[in-house]
Amino acid sequence: MADVTGPVVVLAGGLSHERDVSLRSGRRVADALREVGVEVYERDVDAELLPALAADLPAAVFPVVHGAAGEDGAVREVLELLGVPYVGARPDACRRAYDKPVAKTVVTHAGIPTPEAVTLPQATFRDLGAGAVLDRIVARLGLPLVVKPARGGSALGMHVVRNVVDLPAAMVGCFSYGDTALVERFVAGSEVAVGVVDTGAGPQALPPVEIVPADGVYDYAARYTAGQTEFFCPARLSVDAIKAAEDTAVLAHRALGLRDISRSDLIVDENGEVQLLEVNVAPGMTETSTLPMAVAATQHDFGALCRDLVAAAISRPRR
Amino acid sequence: MTDESQPHHVTVDRYVERYAARARGMVASEIRALFAVASRPEIVSLAGGMPYVSALPLDAVGDIFDDLVGSRGAVAMQYGSAQGDPGLREQICEVMALEGVNGHADDVVVTVGSQQALDLIGRIFLDPGDVVLAEAPSYVGALGVFASYQADVVHVPMDDDGLQPDALRDAIARTAASGRTPKLLYTVPNFHNPAGVTLAASRRAEIVDIARSAGVLVLEDNPYGLLGFDQEPMRALRADDGDTVVYLGSFSKTFAPGLRVGWALAPRGVRDKLVLAAEAGILSHSVVCQLALSQYLANHPWRDQVKAFRELYRERRDAMLGTLSSVMPAACTWTHPTGGFYVWLTVPEGIDTKAMLPRAVGARVAYVPGSAFFADGADGARHMRLSYCYPEPDRIREGVRRLGAVLEEEVEVRDTFGTTGTPARGLDRPPPNL
Repeated sequence: MADVTGPVVVLAGGLSHERDVSLRSGRRVADALREVGVEVYERDVDAELLPALAADLPAAVFPVVHGAAGEDGAVREVLELLGVPYVGARPDACRRAYDKPVAKTVVTHAGIPTPEAVTLPQATFRDLGAGAVLDRIVARLGLPLVVKPARGGSALGMHVVRNVVDLPAAMVGCFSYGDTALVERFVAGSEVAVGVVDTGAGPQALPPVEIVPADGVYDYAARYTAGQTEFFCPARLSVDAIKAAEDTAVLAHRALGLRDISRSDLIVDENGEVQLLEVNVAPGMTETSTLPMAVAATQHDFGALCRDLVAAAISRPRR
Repeated sequence: MTDESQPHHVTVDRYVERYAARARGMVASEIRALFAVASRPEIVSLAGGMPYVSALPLDAVGDIFDDLVGSRGAVAMQYGSAQGDPGLREQICEVMALEGVNGHADDVVVTVGSQQALDLIGRIFLDPGDVVLAEAPSYVGALGVFASYQADVVHVPMDDDGLQPDALRDAIARTAASGRTPKLLYTVPNFHNPAGVTLAASRRAEIVDIARSAGVLVLEDNPYGLLGFDQEPMRALRADDGDTVVYLGSFSKTFAPGLRVGWALAPRGVRDKLVLAAEAGILSHSVVCQLALSQYLANHPWRDQVKAFRELYRERRDAMLGTLSSVMPAACTWTHPTGGFYVWLTVPEGIDTKAMLPRAVGARVAYVPGSAFFADGADGARHMRLSYCYPEPDRIREGVRRLGAVLEEEVEVRDTFGTTGTPARGLDRPPPNL
């Protein structure tokens, strides 16, 4: 058990589309840290943040900011400038992981399969004609397809397209969240989330959590409405498939150069083959989020884990 | 001891199977999540309907509370009646007289904002499947109440002069043809929320006549009636028919929503049930809030304050309408409110305002998608509600400029894909404090 002396700032909120989720995640982390005796202050990402941190430098910062700025490395870059220890990956690694097409390239080079995909900005459809480009995408990837913003989380702007006539509308919905879309081949199988934590002994996988949305699609409502999705932990998979999922998550964590904590979202098909969908550097910590569920399944205390992550950040040599 | 290696079902909410059927629609919503961002000061929110209470004489209000608690604390901090303070009810009648209503204090029921009056009306009148007629579009808070009582809302078209009498007749006839009788007509006759239009004086008697003939009780929801910019208050529907109309009023817009004081003026039989329903729901209103309001009405020039609000909101409306004229893409149209808080904007064909909201929030401006103002959410895609009540005029201009740019982008995407975006599922009504 590691001790944390001095106050810890839990950073949550921000201006991304995932602000609401971030606030709930942040509150949960802050409460968990308080329960294990850590002095905690909760702060939003706004104009008051830097003066407050500079005036009274905390022992560490626990960023739980989802979406842009939180997960693209920007906030952490600022924490680096301040020289304050923080939980989680460095800015460069965040940038790799947050950009889904980039992350797919990196993990593919590390030998991790990911669904075949096409990444295109809105301008390409405008310049070349949407119909022609979409036809080529469908010809290459087939149906169903998954359309999602290249950068972002919580399934915002994500659509599963089963009928080709629905594809243009899904693209428009996706581009409302960002100017680049990732269109992926849909992979059937069990959807699992695998948390990875490293409190000093190297990255360790948490038990995979199987996600079974009532309506078949793990969208925003399914993620954050209790009862809209069933969760099983560990996932109802073979021992070999469980191990493959855990190994994949750890390998992705290493390949992307992540640190302390991450969550990989995976599909395990009927043959037990694992494909990686994406990796999150600031995993959701809400009541319906999978990482805290996995911690609970290990009979470990969530607050103790958060405290150990903070202690590891504090004890890390400064650059 | 749990076997950690064995899969087990993770229980997130142990009461999932126990919720009532009416709670099924209460799911997390992408749109609600976007509104969480919109509440930040960096975003120009044209979404909420918060009155500009900073314009109130807050020091004087503070003195009222000090005096009340100091000199009448034993009364002010005690339970009161479910019908409300008798003195305040007399004063409420004086307020309603400004709109031609000759009501008796005995027939007034004080409520927690007019929202509670809506809820009480729903509670005493609506069984699942009952039909409520409401304007198209209609106030989102009322639709929420009707949904909670599992009523079916039939929308009735409006034009620039408000509810259309012929359309009302048609809606009643169509409902009758389906073997049902509408129980209520819900209407916001003055400076409509969200449409910004006002029911023409020439239509008022006709609307009440149609309802009376069909045996439909009219709910006249009038929170904005005293906030007209260019004219004296319109004569209320209730002024000419005390049996057909239940009048709902509120101090939320003319004074402050924080006190949560509204009221209903109802026929005797309805009033009796409203009081019993209120008692069952909340036992008693906040006595201290009622007495503070009563003191304010008695001792402060509240009419001058309402006049100051009118001037303030007129300036903001002008800022919004002026900027809309200069920045909106062709094919956009909007209403020109002569009072109240809202403009109803119609966007070019093929744009879905709910699907566009993430782009707008990304550009740091927010609005309420039109679908929020229709019971089934299926209509209203080409509309949005813009509020000018809360932001300063310069912020309104900036917000509308941002919105214009967002619409230009969305038109380009529509032209590229030849379609509108797929909106997310879930509730799309904003929280009240946005």
